[in-house]
Amino acid sequence: MSAQRLKAPAGAWIDRSRRVTFTFNGVRLTGFQGDTLAAALLANDVRLVGRSFKLHRPRGIYSCGIEEPTGLVDVGRGARRTANVRATLIPIHENLVAQSVNCWPSVGWDLAALIGGFAALLPAGFYYKTFKWPSWHLFEPTIRRMAGLGRGSGQSDPDRYEEVAAETDVLIVGGGVAGLSAAVAAAQAGAKTTLLASGAIPGGALGWRGDVEATELLEKARRLGVRLHSRTMAFGIYDHNLVCACETIMPDGSDAASGGVLRERLWKIRARAVIAATGAFERPMVFPDNDRPGVMLAGAAEKYAHAFGVACGQRVVIAANSDSAYAVAKSLRDVGVNVLAVVDRRPPAMIRADSCDGVRAIAGAAIGSVSGTRAVRGCTVIPLGGKPERLQCDLILSAGGHAPTVHLHSQAGGKLRWLDESAMFVPDGPAPGMASVGACAGVFSRGAAADHAAEVGNALARGLAPPPAPIGGASDERVRGTMGRGVSGAGRSLPGTHVPGTPGKQFVDLQNDVTLDDVALAARENYRSVEHLKRYTTTGMGTDQGKTSNINALVAMGECTEREPAQVGTTRFRPPFSPVTLGLIAGRRVGALYRPRKHLPAHAWHEAHGAWFEDFGDWRRPAAYPLAGESLEAAAQRETAIVRKTAGLFDGSPLGKLEVFGPDAARFLDLMYVGTMSTLAVGQARYGLLLNENGTVMDDGIVARLGEQHYWLNTSSAGVDRTAASFEEWLQCEYVDFKVAVTPVTSRWANVTVAGPRAWDWLAAAGFDPALAPDSMKHMTLRESALDGVPLRVLRASFSGELGYEVNLPADHASALLERLWAYADRYGAALYGVEALQVMRVEKGYIHIGTDTDGTTLPGDIGFARAMDRKAAEFVGRRSLLRPAATDPDRLQLVGLTPADGKTLLPVGAQIAASPPPALTEGHVTSSYLSPELGRPVALAMLTRGSQRTGERVRVHHLGTTIEADVVKPPFIDPAGKRVHG
Amino acid sequence: MMQLNCPWCGPRDENEFACGGSSHIARPGLAASDQVWGEYLFFRDNPKGVHRERWRHVQGCGQWFNVARHTVTHEVLSVYAVTDAPPKLG
Repeated sequence: MSAQRLKAPAGAWIDRSRRVTFTFNGVRLTGFQGDTLAAALLANDVRLVGRSFKLHRPRGIYSCGIEEPTGLVDVGRGARRTANVRATLIPIHENLVAQSVNCWPSVGWDLAALIGGFAALLPAGFYYKTFKWPSWHLFEPTIRRMAGLGRGSGQSDPDRYEEVAAETDVLIVGGGVAGLSAAVAAAQAGAKTTLLASGAIPGGALGWRGDVEATELLEKARRLGVRLHSRTMAFGIYDHNLVCACETIMPDGSDAASGGVLRERLWKIRARAVIAATGAFERPMVFPDNDRPGVMLAGAAEKYAHAFGVACGQRVVIAANSDSAYAVAKSLRDVGVNVLAVVDRRPPAMIRADSCDGVRAIAGAAIGSVSGTRAVRGCTVIPLGGKPERLQCDLILSAGGHAPTVHLHSQAGGKLRWLDESAMFVPDGPAPGMASVGACAGVFSRGAAADHAAEVGNALARGLAPPPAPIGGASDERVRGTMGRGVSGAGRSLPGTHVPGTPGKQFVDLQNDVTLDDVALAARENYRSVEHLKRYTTTGMGTDQGKTSNINALVAMGECTEREPAQVGTTRFRPPFSPVTLGLIAGRRVGALYRPRKHLPAHAWHEAHGAWFEDFGDWRRPAAYPLAGESLEAAAQRETAIVRKTAGLFDGSPLGKLEVFGPDAARFLDLMYVGTMSTLAVGQARYGLLLNENGTVMDDGIVARLGEQHYWLNTSSAGVDRTAASFEEWLQCEYVDFKVAVTPVTSRWANVTVAGPRAWDWLAAAGFDPALAPDSMKHMTLRESALDGVPLRVLRASFSGELGYEVNLPADHASALLERLWAYADRYGAALYGVEALQVMRVEKGYIHIGTDTDGTTLPGDIGFARAMDRKAAEFVGRRSLLRPAATDPDRLQLVGLTPADGKTLLPVGAQIAASPPPALTEGHVTSSYLSPELGRPVALAMLTRGSQRTGERVRVHHLGTTIEADVVKPPFIDPAGKRVHG
Repeated sequence: MMQLNCPWCGPRDENEFACGGSSHIARPGLAASDQVWGEYLFFRDNPKGVHRERWRHVQGCGQWFNVARHTVTHEVLSVYAVTDAPPKLG
């Protein structure tokens, strides 16, 4: 027994009256309410928690917080199983289930640990160098299976996440004494103040001390109306002071009600000024086998003792490079833990004489070896130039100095400088829009930190420049005269925590198994920039993102390349500060809300009439109305035949609809369309193409004139938003003097289309105004009409090639009109038809569909509109581009019809047209293809080079190894004279 | 995510807006040479520094306006009307 629970009063955060039972690797263990999983495991003397990423070495708990590199576990059951969770962050609760990661069959007997025996063969870059012949892709699947740590649930997340936007004057990140001091000062200066604390209990790194001052500050902040958010971790600062933070509502591993709970909340807070008070991380000591279970950070052991009442060992050696080691030694001694010695890497001259206070200090010494594989049993101390000494111990603590948490400062664009005496990077002045206070600014002395933080809070609340942090000693111009040397309280540390030349596996990055040798190898192979070092060795990657390894890695690289740490620099800090779940980022944008579907106003009516719905863009539309046992294709064939024979009823409501008003409406539309719209008489309609400035066909549709200054525009369903936006841009940014208003009205007007030889008979029977009859209302005209007081805009147009009436009416009357018409359907043997039948009919007629038959290279001349352009001399959008040599190249792809030579084989859409099978230079491709029920054979549209000149030619169509011969024809395939549309 | 000050709606998050690229690009007439037309279509400055660009408040008032923005710091130096001449900055 080495790690064990201490007697009260140690354990400020636990409630000893409430026992909690949980399961770790199948074993039932108990802890107390308030324990983290890590604390409870240590209290049960569980030293071996997991296996390492690459070498499968045994690992234990290393820290007491967010920086944990090794204590990773999978927690939770079923769909709530969460992988690679840091045991230091999980509160235990009754029935919590946790498992070790990266080991099989068990953490104690791990087969892959054999890899560790070949560790010498697995240096940095091993995979890059070894698995490259003949191709990495050959090895990738196996290596990917071996890689990674925990296992996810494999099920979809049952829980919910939400997002809140907020704004504030001053935002403080960090709930320690510095953060609270800044918050109180900012609020006192009248600023709207918000404070985010990542822990459950404000008070910061030393919160467990039950600090009176922190408690008073907290009370004061509450009274002043500071908005306090606990369990809320700021993970990134983005442009213009937007801070994103994750509030944990239900921690990982929590049992939760079925049906899901609110798990996390994303805060997006826009702040006028941001104050980072994020503290510092302890820097580990680097020595041989410094990854053994039982080696951990000194500050963590102290926190486990006082906050959780857990002694992480009974006989303690502290490896030191900092004055803080002695404070920890005394603190542990106070709760009855035996501290054998402080092995101080620093020469005696750097050690403050008053710090030792009865603790045995071995100055100028380092740990030369560690015994014990699954738990520390002892170590050898090597005094520089002295005789090695063996110590029997069960816990080795690392007190290598501190690394200020400068992440937010760096993310915000702030610069860093190397503070040599304390061997740390500190902010070099404030970052734009933000300032750092407390330990993250390099100010470790409590009084100085509180005073400085209050000054900064006050200054930023008033919009003044923040005062500089009291650090850097007398040599620093900015603080000379006002503050003396050593005010920062960071103490003195050496850059290197290891002794160069010591043999053995000395870990720099515990999570990624990166050793000093790997850093040296990277240096030898000239991966000397920190960014290269990171990517080559993987140091600083993973869930901890190098929170404990960063400084040691760059110091080691500096030693290898004879550079100072400041010259080596750090990798760029990027958000997120700590891993963020995908659920948090997705928020409510999942499932049906991921991409909301648009429904027809008469959706329920179609559903009741047997519609087979499919997605067309954002719309759910009836693709067809299959009879019992009928396939979609067969239904479309049947519906097509009925429309061509008698009549069909179609819901065209998604058709894009715009109204354009104003004295300059006609002039404006002439500029937008290939066709001329100003010459339309009121009541007339005309087909038009819309281009972009490259001359590319972007959309098409019918334009009708409702009045002298009033047009009705149809666009494609998918193109209406794009077209409306484009019109707005032209009006607002180019034709700024035009008096024109554009109003999108797609959802306001439903479109009920009746098509077929009996279309008018059907409408007449249903009571439509006789003035709409084909003999008095011509093809391509629009009439305003009414039916039982409901206003109608009836357009005679046809995408099917048959006599067609498109009845536009207020959307909420769509179902009633469909019902009214459907009551007469039997009289004509009419049918409902869907999008599939419409596609068949428009291909039979050779009508293009923008985006199907055209692409981003299609110009109007390619689809038969050369003459339309020749007739229009005036300017329009894209016209100049059509005069370029490339636009008039005779070899361009042009729209043609294709029919299979055998009269049977359907030409696959996308199939390439070429003289010989691929690889060959393509001459074009099939764009639309259907079986024509009227002709009883397949028909297709294609884009073919010089297509307009090749009618009658036989071409070869290639598709997945087969070749189909086809004849080039001139569409349309049926009713070439276009008589049917006239009824 | 930047914050832009819409002249009509006030300060709003960037994701309410759409950027329309460089402003103050004169549109040549039909008589323009291929060279001039090609430059109008495809050639844009990509300054490391102040860029004058137009934005539309798509999820708000729908209006276009001009922004002078520093491409390194993302500092917004000026917001002005589409029809305004580019402001002289520092």
